Amino acid sequence: MSLAAAIRDRDPAALPSRRDEVWRWTDLRGLIREVPPPSARMDPRDLGPGVFDHLATSSYVVANGLEPVRIEISAGERTIVALRFVSRGQGAHAALAEIRLGEGARLRLLETYEGEGAYLADASLSITLSPGAVVERIVLADDDPEAVSVSHANVKLAAGSEFGQIVLTSGARRQRIETRVVHPDGGAKLRLDGVYLLEGKRHADLTTVVEHQGLDGVTMQMTKGVVRDQARGVFQGRIVVAEGADRTDARMEHHALIVGDRGEVDAKPELEIYADDVACSHGNTIGALDQEALFYARQRGIPEPEARALLTEAFIGEVVDRVWFEGAREIVRRWAAQRLRGA
Amino acid sequence: MLTVSNLHAAVDGKEILKGLTLEVPAGEVHALMGPNGAGKSTLSYVLTGRDGYEVTAGSATLEGENLLALSPDERAARGVFLSFQYPLEIPGVPALTFIRTALNAQRRARGEAEISAPEFLKLARRTAQSLKIDFEMLKRPLNVGFSGGEKKRMEILQMAMLSPRFLILDETDSGLDIDALKIVAEGVNALRAPDRAMLIITHYQRLLDYIRPHRVHVLSAGRIVASGGPELALELEREGYDKYARAA
Repeated sequence: MSLAAAIRDRDPAALPSRRDEVWRWTDLRGLIREVPPPSARMDPRDLGPGVFDHLATSSYVVANGLEPVRIEISAGERTIVALRFVSRGQGAHAALAEIRLGEGARLRLLETYEGEGAYLADASLSITLSPGAVVERIVLADDDPEAVSVSHANVKLAAGSEFGQIVLTSGARRQRIETRVVHPDGGAKLRLDGVYLLEGKRHADLTTVVEHQGLDGVTMQMTKGVVRDQARGVFQGRIVVAEGADRTDARMEHHALIVGDRGEVDAKPELEIYADDVACSHGNTIGALDQEALFYARQRGIPEPEARALLTEAFIGEVVDRVWFEGAREIVRRWAAQRLRGA
Repeated sequence: MLTVSNLHAAVDGKEILKGLTLEVPAGEVHALMGPNGAGKSTLSYVLTGRDGYEVTAGSATLEGENLLALSPDERAARGVFLSFQYPLEIPGVPALTFIRTALNAQRRARGEAEISAPEFLKLARRTAQSLKIDFEMLKRPLNVGFSGGEKKRMEILQMAMLSPRFLILDETDSGLDIDALKIVAEGVNALRAPDRAMLIITHYQRLLDYIRPHRVHVLSAGRIVASGGPELALELEREGYDKYARAA
């Protein structure tokens, strides 16, 4: 069952459905009766510059899914890559990207999803790190409110490697951004963060699966969301610590604010631990903005809309502050502020 | 300055203030004392406009203007400041950012120009120094991880920087050791001015040794049941609230 297979075979029966436990909150089978024909070809040169292009050493555009992207970063090399997945129109398309890093290589991957139209899009990435490699992946997803979009990344860490990620999304008609990470032996460090800011009838699903297979792995995870109107946020976080993966340190947090009374957030944090000597924890809260804090700010003279914006931005700011790359951090901070103030 | 007349207020349909009348003239400091549950904090929330506190009768005016018709932030811009009994923690918002946002919002509401960044920092440094607050603390999220005493000092710092006309101090002495109490009291006393008035809400007389009031009122079961000079606070300390509880 996968969206890519459904698109390839134009077979709606291949779509993930609510009967699949891991898809039960992001049902595609019930939503899509017919898989649309393949998307029209699009010339990437017709597009304007991307939001991260000025920071990047090199830029790649995957337009309506054509042309798989392969990026090799050789040992010791440092680079900044902008990778844009652009969708236009009403068709269906699947995209592929494969990234490999040599020993000690460093990559800042600035990835965006941009779209216009009621398209059906699938993007599949694989990112493989060699020992000592360092990656920071920043994903900014701005899909069309009528689109259905799924992105999944498979990340393989290596001894002594570091992988930091933040996904920021405004959702789509139905959208899922999934990240699977494998920690082999040797103490790799993983930061796996997310922010979803949803309004209207948008839906975003941030799903992560982390497998600790060896010693001394570290996973630090923080996801926060703000849901307005009739939007729906989904967080599924799963951390598996295999037998013998001792001295694993894994922390998962998910906190969501629901503004109004028609939004919905579904959360499923899971820790599966088969090793003895580990430090694992998770925290999950879903609620409204703290009314006492709101009154406190208003008592000091801050009008209600400004007080709400200040407190909500601060709530999201805690995740944004964790981005390592300062230039990109400011871009995503502005992106979040615009969405929070615009609504 | 503040005139409260026959004020009735309810929380969750239960009447807490039952005809409270109080006058605090400009230039004066009044103390409001009373047993737990008398309605002291309710009065502070009604005057500042907190949701859930419903005024069912009576009036409250500041310099003749009806406070009850204004939103909490409008009241703040008119100069009403409440030092909270339990100041809130505001994660992710540095104290300086919070205070500057508040000060500029108040100025905009009054039709004044915003304060410039250098001017604001100068004011913050000077005020922090006078209250023996480490300036670095103001760069941290407001009140997050601060001790009880530090939070109270941050309230006084905000009060001094926002320069309100009518100050309400709700149990400002709770959780303070004697040294912190002296610093806080000095900060409050420095704000005494002919065009400013204060209402000090306290359960114990101790705070009034350091912030000398002009008048003391006893609140019991939602009404002022006795008023007098500072000696009334001493009498309460000696004899307790029993006789007033019966009077109510």
